[in-house]
Amino acid sequence: MSVPTCQVAVLGAGIVGAACARALAQADFQVVIIDPNPIGSGATAAGMGHILLIDDSPAQFALTQNSRQQWNDLAPELPDDCEFVKCGTLWLAADEDELDEVRRKEERFRAAGVAAEVLDTRQLAAAEPNLRAGLLGAFFIPDDRVIYPPCAARWMIEEAQRHGTQLRTGVSAIEVTGKEVRLSDGSRISVEFTVHATGCGTAKMLPGVPIRPRKGHLIITDRYPGFVRHALLELGYIKKAHGTDTDSVSCVVHPRRTGQVLVGSSRQFDAESKDVDPRMLARVVARATEFLPGLTRLSGIRAWTGFRAATPDGLPLIGPYPELPGLYLATGHEGHGITTSLGTAELIVDHLTGRTPRLPLEPYLPARFSGVPAHA
Amino acid sequence: MTPERQFDVLVVGAGPAGLAAACCAAESGRRVGVVDDNPDLGGQIWRGERVHPHHKEAGAWLQRVRTASLDFLPGMQVIGQNGPGRLLAETADGACELRFERLILAPGARERFLPFPGWTLPGVLGAGGLQAMVKGGLPIEGRRVVVAGSGPLLLAVAAYLRTRGAKASLIAEQAAWSALLPFGLALLRTQPDKTRQALALRWALRGVPYRTDCWPMRADGDGKLASVTLTNGRRTWSVPCDYLACGFGLVPNLELPLLMGCDVRAGFVAVDEMQQTSVNGVYGAGEVTGIGGLDKSLTEGQIAGYAATGQPAKARRLVAARKRSQRFAATLNTAFALRDELRHVAAPDTLVCRCEDVSYDRVRRHESWRAAKLQTRCGMGPCQGRVCGAATEFLFGWPTTSVRPPIYPTALANFLESPANPASLA
Ligand SMILES: Cc1cc2nc3c(=O)[nH]c(=O)nc-3n(C[C@H](O)[C@H](O)[C@H](O)COP(=O)(O)OP(=O)(O)OC[C@H]3O[C@@H](n4cnc5c(N)ncnc54)[C@H](O)[C@@H]3O)c2cc1C
Ligand SMILES: Cc1cc2nc3c(=O)[nH]c(=O)nc-3n(C[C@H](O)[C@H](O)[C@H](O)COP(=O)(O)OP(=O)(O)OC[C@H]3O[C@@H](n4cnc5c(N)ncnc54)[C@H](O)[C@@H]3O)c2cc1C
Repeated sequence: MSVPTCQVAVLGAGIVGAACARALAQADFQVVIIDPNPIGSGATAAGMGHILLIDDSPAQFALTQNSRQQWNDLAPELPDDCEFVKCGTLWLAADEDELDEVRRKEERFRAAGVAAEVLDTRQLAAAEPNLRAGLLGAFFIPDDRVIYPPCAARWMIEEAQRHGTQLRTGVSAIEVTGKEVRLSDGSRISVEFTVHATGCGTAKMLPGVPIRPRKGHLIITDRYPGFVRHALLELGYIKKAHGTDTDSVSCVVHPRRTGQVLVGSSRQFDAESKDVDPRMLARVVARATEFLPGLTRLSGIRAWTGFRAATPDGLPLIGPYPELPGLYLATGHEGHGITTSLGTAELIVDHLTGRTPRLPLEPYLPARFSGVPAHA
Repeated sequence: MTPERQFDVLVVGAGPAGLAAACCAAESGRRVGVVDDNPDLGGQIWRGERVHPHHKEAGAWLQRVRTASLDFLPGMQVIGQNGPGRLLAETADGACELRFERLILAPGARERFLPFPGWTLPGVLGAGGLQAMVKGGLPIEGRRVVVAGSGPLLLAVAAYLRTRGAKASLIAEQAAWSALLPFGLALLRTQPDKTRQALALRWALRGVPYRTDCWPMRADGDGKLASVTLTNGRRTWSVPCDYLACGFGLVPNLELPLLMGCDVRAGFVAVDEMQQTSVNGVYGAGEVTGIGGLDKSLTEGQIAGYAATGQPAKARRLVAARKRSQRFAATLNTAFALRDELRHVAAPDTLVCRCEDVSYDRVRRHESWRAAKLQTRCGMGPCQGRVCGAATEFLFGWPTTSVRPPIYPTALANFLESPANPASLA
C-alpha cells in the first residue's frame, strides 16, 4: 500500500492551524490540515475575537504587535462575514493604581512607537456614554479591532487551499512518529514536518507539554447598536489573566458589527465540564454591570464557555518539540490566540525554512519548560 | 434579589401532559407546582378552555385541577438551570428561582416550518401561529385563507378559522392519499372516538376542498401575500389568498430537556417505563417524548405524576393505555411523514434563518448544523434556531444535540446572583 506524501501536516483547524496552513502554503509547502471537527469549532468558536496589543511582557508585546500589523494589513482582503471592525480598545482605569498603570502603558507604547492616547474622565464619558460615572480615565488604542474568528479561520484555510493545501475534517491525528502521522480512520500520511496546532488538545497527545485548560464564560445580547463603541477592558484584566491561579472575573465588553454586545469573561482552572455554570455567569454579568450599569436591561440571547490553552508563563509554545525531530508546536495561546495566530504562523515558517526571523524565536520555544524534555 | 419557590414536584408545562402529571402527583399529598409561560393553563389544545369550554375531556381535567392541591404558576417562563435542583424562570417582575426534588418536563411541541420562496412575505404564517393570533383578536372574517403543510392540525386550524368567519379556500396536505388511507382505516378500527372527532371536523369543513398530494411551492405578492402556488409534482397552480397558514408537522421543545442533560434519541426525549429520563428524578411526558396527540400526553402525564411521587402501582395500570396511544401515534406519524420533494422547494436565495438573514444556498454548503451555525450564524439570532433548526433537521438531516442557555432571551439582570446562591464579586 502506498502512503501519500505531503510535506507538512498541520494538526488542528482552529485559527492557529488555519494561519499556519496559509503561511506555509504561501511559502510553497505542501500542506494537509487535519481536524476531527468543523473548521474553527474549538476555542476559536468560543473566543471573543479581540485583535489587541498586550504589553505585559516584551515577548507578548512583540508578538501581538507583529500579529496586529498583519491583521490590519489583511483588512482589505478579509471577506465581509469576518466582521472585522476597527473599534479600538479602551483600557478602563477605576482607581489611582490603575491610572498609574495607564501612565506606564503610555510610556511603553511611546517607546515602541505605537499609536495610543490617554483619556481623562470627561473624554472617556464622551467616548462611552453608557459607562458609569466616576471612572478615572482610560488608555485608548485606536488600531485594535474585533473579528468573528470562525469565518476568519475558514477564510485562511480557503487561502491555503488556493495554494494546494488539502483539508481533512472528520479525522483526528492519533499518533505522530517522526515522518508519519497516523489518523483515526486508519490511514497514514508521511510528512517532513508536523505542526501541532491543537490548542487544549495538545496536552492530551503530548503529555508533558505544560498546557492547562482555562475555562471562560461569555454571554451575547440581542442587537443594541451603539450601546458600546469600543472594545472595553478593565485594567485589572491583565493582573487577573496572568497573576493568579484562582478563579477570576473581569469586565470585557465588545461591540459586534451586528449591534450585539459581547460580554465576558471569567478564568477558571480545573473546570472540566463545558456547561455554563450559573454562578460564574452571574459573576461575569455582575462585574460588567459595575462598569456598564445599563447592561442589566439588555436581553441576553446566548451564553457559552470555552477553554483557553494556558501555559505557566502566559506565552505560547512555538517551535520544535525537542523530543521528536520534525514535530513543531504552535499552541498554548491562552486568551490571545486569535490575535497571535498570524505571528505564530510567521514564526513557524521561520523555523521550517531557516530564513531570518523578524521576531526573536527564543521566548516562545517549547524547550523553555523543564516539563518538555529538552535534549535538543 | 431573586425570589424563590420550593416544590417536591415541579411540572414544566400546563398542557394536557403537565396537568395530568400535576393532578396525579398531587394525590400523593406532596407539594406540587406547575409552571407555564402562558397567562392561563391548557397548553396548545386547551388554551382558553377555562373561559370558553369546548372539549368535554378538558372540562373533566380542569375540574380535577381545581380540586387538586397544587400551585399554578402562570406567566412564568423557565429560561435555564440554576444549579442542581433549581430552575431559573422569568416573570413580568423579574427572575425567580424554582427549586424541586423531582421534575416533570412537559413542554410540548411547536410547529415545523419549511422554507419556500416567498415564505417571509407578510401574510404567510404558521398554522398554529395564525390560530393563536386570531384567538388573540386578529380579525379574520371574510379573509381568504389557504392552510398548507401536513398533519391533522391543518384540519383543526382550518375548522377553527372558519368558525371565526374566515373563508378557508383550500387545505393542502402534502401526504399522499395512499398513505392516509391505512391511517383512516386504523382509526375506524381502533379509535371510534377519534373517528367521530374526525368526521365532526370534516363536517365543520364541508365545502372546503381538502387536497392530498400537494404542497406550496411559492408565495407571491408585492410586499404582502397575494397568492400561493401549489404543486403536486406534475402540475402547478395558483390560489389567491390573504393568509397562507403553514405547518409541516410538530417538533418537540427539546431545549429544556437538553439543557438538563436528558438523553435524546431519534429526536425525542428518551424515557423508561415510568417516564423517567436519563437524568435521575427528571421525567418527561407528552409531545417531548414523541408526537402523539392528546391521549398520549394525558396518559404519559399521569404515569409521570404517579411515578415521580412513589405511586408506581397506579402508574403501572396505565401502561397498556400508553401502548395504545403510542401505536396510534406511530400510525399517525407514518401517514403524515414528510415527502422528499419538500427538501427541494427552497430556492438558493430563499432565507432559511430569518433572524440572521441566511439563505438556503449558504446553509447547504456545510456538513453539519454546528458548522453551518459557526460559518453563517444560522440559528444564532434571538430565536436560537427554533424555526430554522427544525427546518434544517428535515432538510439536511442535522439533529439538534446541544443547546446554550438561556433557552429564551432574557434581561441580563436575570442572570445576577440570587440571595440563596451567593458568590462574591470579583
Ligand atoms: C472566553 C474566551 C475569550 C477569548 N477572547 C479572545 C480575544 O478576545 N482575543 C484573542 O486573540 N483570543 C481570545 N481567546 C483565545 C483564543 O480563542 C484562542 O487562543 C484561540 O482560538 C486558539 O486557537 P487554536 O487554533 O490554537 O485552538 P482551537 O481553536 O481550540 O483549535 C484546535 C483544534 O485542534 C483540533 N484538534 C484537537 N485534537 C486534535 C487531533 N488529535 N488531531 C487533529 N486535530 C485536533 C480541535 O478539534 C480544534 O479544532 C479567547 C478564548 C476564550 C476561551
Ligand atoms: C401550535 C399548535 C397548535 C395545536 N393545536 C391543536 C388543536 O387545535 N387540536 C389538537 O387536537 N391538537 C392541537 N395541537 C397538538 C397538541 O398540542 C397536542 O395534542 C397536546 O396538546 C400536547 O400536549 P402537551 O401537554 O404535551 O403539550 P402542550 O399542550 O404543548 O403544553 C406545553 C406547555 O408548556 C409550555 N412551556 C413550554 N416550554 C416552557 C418553558 N420553558 N417555560 C414555561 N412553560 C413552557 C407551553 O407554552 C405549553 O403551554 C397543537 C399543537 C401545536 C404545537
